[in-house]
Amino acid sequence: MGYLRKVLAIVWKDIRAELRTKEMFSAMFVLALLVMVVFNFAFDLRVGGERVRQVAPGALWVAFAFAGVLGLNRAFVLERDRGCLEGLLLAPVDHTAIYFGKMLSTGLFMLVVEALTLPVFTAFFGVNLFDLRLVGVVLLGTWGFAGAGTLLSAMTAQTRAREVLLPILLLPVAAPVLIGAVKATAGLLDGLAPGEIAPWLRLLAAFDLIFPAIAFMTFDYVLKE
Amino acid sequence: MRQKKDAGLIGLTALSAAMMMGALYLALAGAPEANLKSETGRLAQRIIYFHIPTAWVGFLAFFVTFAAGVGYLRTQARRWDIIALASAEIGTAFMLGVLLSGSIWARPAWGVWWVWDERLTLSLIQFLVYAGYLMLRGTVEDPARRARFAAVYGIAAFVSVPINFIAIRLWRTQHPLMFGAEKGGLSPEMMFAFFFCLIAFTLWYAALLGHRIRLERLRDEVEAVKQNM
Repeated sequence: MGYLRKVLAIVWKDIRAELRTKEMFSAMFVLALLVMVVFNFAFDLRVGGERVRQVAPGALWVAFAFAGVLGLNRAFVLERDRGCLEGLLLAPVDHTAIYFGKMLSTGLFMLVVEALTLPVFTAFFGVNLFDLRLVGVVLLGTWGFAGAGTLLSAMTAQTRAREVLLPILLLPVAAPVLIGAVKATAGLLDGLAPGEIAPWLRLLAAFDLIFPAIAFMTFDYVLKE
Repeated sequence: MRQKKDAGLIGLTALSAAMMMGALYLALAGAPEANLKSETGRLAQRIIYFHIPTAWVGFLAFFVTFAAGVGYLRTQARRWDIIALASAEIGTAFMLGVLLSGSIWARPAWGVWWVWDERLTLSLIQFLVYAGYLMLRGTVEDPARRARFAAVYGIAAFVSVPINFIAIRLWRTQHPLMFGAEKGGLSPEMMFAFFFCLIAFTLWYAALLGHRIRLERLRDEVEAVKQNM
């Protein structure tokens, strides 16, 4: 069985487990909605009406990031609680395949949540987000966030603090993803020239490569017993 | 062996203390006044002799944590983990010093304690990243696992530094550039004071690192004695 097939087997396992309960997915989606609602009324009180649009890209990515943290937390905590991590480790696959499998499945859940959130967001904030280029930005941002998050989540799930620790580690480490994604999204909404958005996309692309690369080199040590 | 090492550490401590006294004198009185109009500005300018060396020690300390993390993953030797821990603690404390001294300077120079400028944001993120490092260590009980996690996180955290730098550089800048700026550079006497402070702070870091490593070794010994009892 090739490496890619092994990775996809883990992704498929996660999708099937999630389809049976749908608990993680619904929690992520509801949290994303709640973040937008909170942002909307909190900012509407202060800046009011039209200018709420200005904060739209930031609100969008905060919602994605929080939902992502929720999903990333579950990725390894669930495996550990049900004693499935040992099973995964016993499987005749390279540990890095577990990383990529988990990263892809969590990234996929995030993307589904994001796909459902975007239309609601369009309605709430009155900005048109149906733009193919935005899909690209969302893909790049989600990939980077899941890339760093999966590595850190594998560690925090094995600590005493567990769920509490992941956002504390992930949000500062993944700060460039959030900065890049918010800037690129804002650039698209403001109709900036592609040349002005390109540096942010390059930044996202660099991050998307670097974190999986670090994880590839170090993931063995994270899962070692 | 132990006594010889301790003697070296005492010597380093004494040297760094003497250098720091010199640095204090140069920064507060020895260095010439800057060519600035307001008196507050001239006084505030003197913070560069402490602010920049503090930042330098912060980055150096995090680099040492990164390198020791790589060393640990390669060898699984406890001494690398001790170095990583010691350096991360010192680096975090110095990073806090950078943020505080920068704020003290920003108040008279910019009129505000804080702006969301590239360097400031970067330093704050750095500080939070390594505060996370110390928290991560605090929540893992098994020493070998704690060392492995800390090493992996130390590597990932340090690699995020350059990306953060690019991210924030693209964003905006207001922080004065020390070197490479066309005007507002330092006179030779100021340069001397500055580099003296830089060396003094580096020695101070080395002394602190030595003490922290010694402390952790002693703690290990106590632990071993307890186990044998």
